[in-house]
Amino acid sequence: MTITEERGRTYGYGDLSRLMGLMTGDEKHGPAATSTLDALWVLYDRVLRVAPERADDPGRDRFLLSKGHGPMAYYAVLAAKGFVPVDWLPGFGAYDSPLGHHPDRVLVPGAEIGSGSLGHGLPIAVGTALGLRAQGLDAPRVWVVVGDAELDEGSNHEAIAFAGPAGLDRLHTVVIDNASASHARPGGIAARFEAAGWSAVTVDGRDHEALYAAFTAPHPGRPHLVVARVEPKSA
Amino acid sequence: MDTMRDRLAPVVSRLLDEDPRVAVVLAEIGRDAFTEAWHRHPDRVVNVGIREQLLVGVAAGMALTGLRPVVHTFASFLVERPFEQVKLDLGHQDVGAVLVSAAASFDWPAGGYTHMAPGDVALLDTLDGWTVHVPGHPDEAETLLRHAVAAGDDKVYVRLSVQANRDALPVDGEHFRAVREGRSGVVVAVGPMLDAVLAAVEGLDVMVLYATTVRPFDAAALRRATATAGADVVLVEPYLAGTSTAAANDALAHVPHRVLGLGVGRRELRRYGRVEEHAAAHGLDARSLRERIGGFVAGAGGGGS
Repeated sequence: MTITEERGRTYGYGDLSRLMGLMTGDEKHGPAATSTLDALWVLYDRVLRVAPERADDPGRDRFLLSKGHGPMAYYAVLAAKGFVPVDWLPGFGAYDSPLGHHPDRVLVPGAEIGSGSLGHGLPIAVGTALGLRAQGLDAPRVWVVVGDAELDEGSNHEAIAFAGPAGLDRLHTVVIDNASASHARPGGIAARFEAAGWSAVTVDGRDHEALYAAFTAPHPGRPHLVVARVEPKSA
Repeated sequence: MDTMRDRLAPVVSRLLDEDPRVAVVLAEIGRDAFTEAWHRHPDRVVNVGIREQLLVGVAAGMALTGLRPVVHTFASFLVERPFEQVKLDLGHQDVGAVLVSAAASFDWPAGGYTHMAPGDVALLDTLDGWTVHVPGHPDEAETLLRHAVAAGDDKVYVRLSVQANRDALPVDGEHFRAVREGRSGVVVAVGPMLDAVLAAVEGLDVMVLYATTVRPFDAAALRRATATAGADVVLVEPYLAGTSTAAANDALAHVPHRVLGLGVGRRELRRYGRVEEHAAAHGLDARSLRERIGGFVAGAGGGGS
């Protein structure tokens, strides 16, 4: 099948398992592999103002996947939305494939950052928000997806503590919480962002309407946190 | 004389006025000098607080939106502490920035080892694509800062020091410059090392090259110099001894040659005091340099450290 045919097709949420299967060789995926899937789908399908033909548009929203581990769900969504040709998916992880086990922005159309080492996306997202503001680009919003255990990295806390007092209201952080942090307290994630002046909502990370409502909730003057809770990794 | 760092805020403030791409990112250190610029350009002069991982990450994010960030703090907190951010947020993300350090080697000896980073250039050498400027005078610093900001989206490191030569020389942001002719060896003096080197080689028949841009390493200039002065080469660097030895060896791979790399020693002195005392302790004062350079060029096997 050609790229043109694939691009001409419309993919829905129901196609994502098959698209992920092209990378993993299996259409059944455990909760860990799909922990980001629903949040990513709702963002790309209903929230982000991005499109393959807008890749260089300064006015596009910026989506930064900081949690670069297990990027099959991300690639599946990028393929479904026409950023990445579907026929790239079976090469996942191969020497000459643009799709590695951690994404590289230089190789993956639509990827705003390369990630893999944890704790880099949120600080870069803060800089992106500041850079857009400095150029008077008021429309684009900045989104970053991190994992709950990724918040162990102290670099995130430098960014969280800065962004609240700086009033970076175009900045949105989605924490995929699959309870994978070894040392954590219930409610600790939202509490830490709130203490730094963020607006915070915690929702069921599999409930598309709840995710959409959380993503689009107003938060004037403050950066916004959405904690998307999914099945515990260890379960 | 004012210091190189005294020139930073005035130069970059003018660039902020002239070029809407330029932004400044600070982590408290150096912020007072930018107060006026911050009032004029509140969105392009950002102080992130004492957060050096964020310092570099923010610069990378700004660069991703098309800005040209100038990032400044002490070398220990600019290159060493957030080294992975330098490697990934700039290098791996394929964006550029101008990193301007101060106090790298032993500019503040009374501050002790926590505020020394003599390995800064060696660390950047593990990464691809960095331009490294090491001015030897405040006027040269001003010129090289302008070069750095104007260098498209390149990754550029500018190493400012309180150590300086008495007089400025013309610098072009690229080439070594022959400042003394000779026939029995080549001494490459990097940035603020020039005055001490010139005093040290008084009466010796050696050629002296002055280097203020050390990466990329001007291999062609070194090859030209060795063609007339012979292939005994001494590098005198104001940072970790031997940092450019591999670059000099590569430049001379086609001819038999000898290289002596002088600079700041690895061993932690655990001493405070003054800059001059540290220069002498590392063998970088004119008297020690004369002994080591003289011994080396006097013959194979002679001298060295």
